[in-house]
Amino acid sequence: MGSETLVAFRSWNSLLLLVVFTCAEASSDANESSNSTAQQAPDARFAASSSDPDERISVFELDYDYVQIPYEVTLWILLASLAKIGFHLYHRLPHLMPESCLLIIVGALVGSIIFGTHHKSPPVMDSSIYFLYLLPPIVLESGYFMPTRPFFENIGSILWWAGLGALINAFGIGLSLFFICQIKAFGLSDINLLQNLLFGSLISAVDPVAVLAVFEEARVNEQLYMMIFGEALLNDGISVVLYNILIAFTKMHKFEDIEPVDILAGCARFIIVGCGGVFFGIIFGFISAFITRFTQNISAIEPLIVFMFSYLSYLAAETLYLSGILAITACAVTMKKYVEENVSQTSYTTIKYFMKMLSSVSETLIFIFMGVSTIGKNHEWNWAFICFTLVFCQIWRAISVFALFYVSNQFRTFPFSIKDQFIIFYSGVRGAGSFSLAFLLPLSLFPRKKLFVTATLVVTYFTVFFQGITIGPLVRYLDVRKTNKKESINEELHTRLMDHLKAGIEDVCGQWSHYQVRDKFKKFDHRYLRKILIRRNLPKSSIVSLYKKLEMKQAIEMVETGALTSVSFSTPHQAKSVQGIKRLSPEDVESMRDILTRNMYQVRQRTLSYNKYNLKPQTSEKQAKEILIRRQNTLRESMRKGHSLPWGKSAGTKNVRYLSFPYKNPQPAKREANAAECTDDDDSDPGFQPLMFSAHTRAGSLQERRLTQEMIPMKRLHRGEKAYNLSYQTNTSWEERAGWGGRPAIWPKPLFYAVDEEYESGGQTEEETSATVSRWTAEHRDSRKYKSHSLLLQRK
Amino acid sequence: MGATHSASEEVRELEGKTGFSSDQIEQLHRRFKQLSGDQPTIRKENFNNVPDLELNPIRSKIVRAFFDNRNLRKGPSGLADEINFEDFLTIMSYFRPIDTTLGEEQVELSRKEKLRFLFHMYDSDSDGRITLEEYRNVVEELLSGNPHIEKESARSIADGAMMEAASVCVGQMEPDQVYEGITFEDFLKIWQGIDIETKMHVRFLNMETIALCH
Repeated sequence: MGSETLVAFRSWNSLLLLVVFTCAEASSDANESSNSTAQQAPDARFAASSSDPDERISVFELDYDYVQIPYEVTLWILLASLAKIGFHLYHRLPHLMPESCLLIIVGALVGSIIFGTHHKSPPVMDSSIYFLYLLPPIVLESGYFMPTRPFFENIGSILWWAGLGALINAFGIGLSLFFICQIKAFGLSDINLLQNLLFGSLISAVDPVAVLAVFEEARVNEQLYMMIFGEALLNDGISVVLYNILIAFTKMHKFEDIEPVDILAGCARFIIVGCGGVFFGIIFGFISAFITRFTQNISAIEPLIVFMFSYLSYLAAETLYLSGILAITACAVTMKKYVEENVSQTSYTTIKYFMKMLSSVSETLIFIFMGVSTIGKNHEWNWAFICFTLVFCQIWRAISVFALFYVSNQFRTFPFSIKDQFIIFYSGVRGAGSFSLAFLLPLSLFPRKKLFVTATLVVTYFTVFFQGITIGPLVRYLDVRKTNKKESINEELHTRLMDHLKAGIEDVCGQWSHYQVRDKFKKFDHRYLRKILIRRNLPKSSIVSLYKKLEMKQAIEMVETGALTSVSFSTPHQAKSVQGIKRLSPEDVESMRDILTRNMYQVRQRTLSYNKYNLKPQTSEKQAKEILIRRQNTLRESMRKGHSLPWGKSAGTKNVRYLSFPYKNPQPAKREANAAECTDDDDSDPGFQPLMFSAHTRAGSLQERRLTQEMIPMKRLHRGEKAYNLSYQTNTSWEERAGWGGRPAIWPKPLFYAVDEEYESGGQTEEETSATVSRWTAEHRDSRKYKSHSLLLQRK
Repeated sequence: MGATHSASEEVRELEGKTGFSSDQIEQLHRRFKQLSGDQPTIRKENFNNVPDLELNPIRSKIVRAFFDNRNLRKGPSGLADEINFEDFLTIMSYFRPIDTTLGEEQVELSRKEKLRFLFHMYDSDSDGRITLEEYRNVVEELLSGNPHIEKESARSIADGAMMEAASVCVGQMEPDQVYEGITFEDFLKIWQGIDIETKMHVRFLNMETIALCH
């Protein structure tokens, strides 16, 4: 109860702040209107001061013109952010309506305040601002974070649907509205066919911003999401092209002058615009990937390169009247693959978050502006036109969805059900794109521009509010298949296997499918592109990258949450080392991270060793952490009970043996291994030694040494297991020799070493292992003994 | 195939057994003949004729799958020496798209069949469990295309995956508990989230056309 009132109070607070800001905004606008005559801002200052003879030095002056523009922009952005914060504070609201709705409402509120205070239409967003500054970050973000694989797998359907859908919608709506306009009773007969077609083209554009905002809540399955997202991305470009072509036609003034050759030229233009945009995007993507190859030493400018080149691709495409949206998307997709491997970890994070921030800011600004622009005098209401527009939008979208998908389902192995199609139909949310295009209409050619603007606004409001609010419940009601995304190694492995399997079977069948296209592209990529575009050319496998990513995440979280500092060693001998830990310098952390990136095993080792004594329960849903917790727990159990074995091997296969020996015993193999990981093979141990020694030499503190010696939790062989072969038995005797068996009491907290040994015969590897072990033990014997001693002491 | 009369009967029989249409069976038969060099049976060596298969990292597993008695439904383990056309079709039928109109049970059955095929690919020694060793084998093969990835990486990945599988299937394990390996039921559990219907299928008609849409 209390928390709710607190939350409500806080949201009231934020609303209050909002009002304050809008007043500031309004006052600044008032200032602006009073100063509007003084356009020469910088000069005015000096002129005023020099022309007045009686002037005294004033202690306090106000010069608003100087900071006007940045000041207002900042205020707007802050307003948007505050609105967002307020929105999320009241936690029930995000479930009810998408964010965009609230932003529009806030914008409308602000607009009405401004309108109310000085009866002037509020500042309306300029179309060039929208297209040049606000739209690119949003498209860049969606392109960058687009899951490329599903996109390309569905590319045929997406192109078919987006391209034809946009055309059908545009022409359908335009033509039907034209017929409506012919009816004299509505008073619309001065709107000719071309104007109607133009209106149809701009109203049919589904807005990626709005769609994504609406779909964030409804988590639908990947295929569906891809279709919707792909459509939103592509048909924005298509409608802009159509819009431009039709404007060009309109400029030719006479409808009769349009000849078939013009129409053909229009179609050709269409294709050129689309392909040209993509081409530009790819070129710029490659250039930026190439440049990032050389930025090792100046990683600070890497994000800059990424952003500037994407923006450049957009601008370059726009210069030539090509589709900037497609260009920037293509650039992002191309760039991502190579840039991600070239840039440093911090740059990568920066790019990610900065991109999200930019797009978030743009989005909020767009919606707020839309709200603000609603209030004003530039409206004209005509019941017939507006209602019919709304009706036709829905009808034509339904027609295009169902017709086009009926056709494309014939070619898909995984057809979209009627439910899916209904969701796709329902996702036709218009947004600021159509709105800006409506504003962009030249008044000279469109005497009834205001009508168009009003109609666009109505449609946008309706789709965003009505459809936006109801789509979540609708998805739940229709029980559309949801996405089930979790990053797991197993999944990655299986998917990979499946890919190869499928490609193999297709090869056997003699088929050529897009899997082979993909394979061929990958080969080409590996052979040529990667060599040119990537820094140290280490071919990465997605399995390995995923694994490394998970490990990295784990390790970094460990480091950051201070797991290193909270090791609870408290023996007198350890006191110094404890302090040593606490004073873990950033360089140490850095070096540790370097080691981490180079050798994966260290991750598990480190984290486990610190977690073993740091019995901090971590409740996180992440898979990786679950593994850790499990291992931790089994470890703890094993410590207490003296024996444990989660792993087992059945007879007949090459056995992985886990031997555990107290580390006091110099003989047994003391290679590092993890709970589940058996690191080395019989021969050499490349991963192992550098690990030890580099870890040792790098940090050099006592704490580091402990690292290397902390034994990764091991599970002993389950004595009762009969499934083990001979070698196990010889080792058991070895264990007993070592004095392990049957005396757990003496080692209340023994440290186990586990050894992974794969072998056919028992004797051979034991020798090898003891060989490597003795090498290792020679180095660390002293410190180990010291450690063991102290640890035992601690326990007592 | 002898006279046309018995041939079409055979085709119908095969249709019934494997679920392919007669067009698809014709096409696959042509392919079979190509592979076998007009012999009635295919041996392992014949798969060397498929050029693109050489580059596939799990080539050996795929070829093996064709001869696996469990996939051919001829026995619980072991490898056949050669397969005839019917066996070829049987294997191919695992990759037919699941017909969603058939009803919930049928769909579930088909799904299980496909997963069983996959399971057999992992479980090379036919003991009904995927052990750590077998898992490692798979990962190593998958990553064998990349010369820069060390063996240890492959192993640790397999270990990590096994650990994950254990946590999914068994949950919290007792310290005394031994996790032998992934059984088929566990395998099903792991695959619950993944959409096998959209992934494990091959379009058998229109083999000559370039299938660019899904």
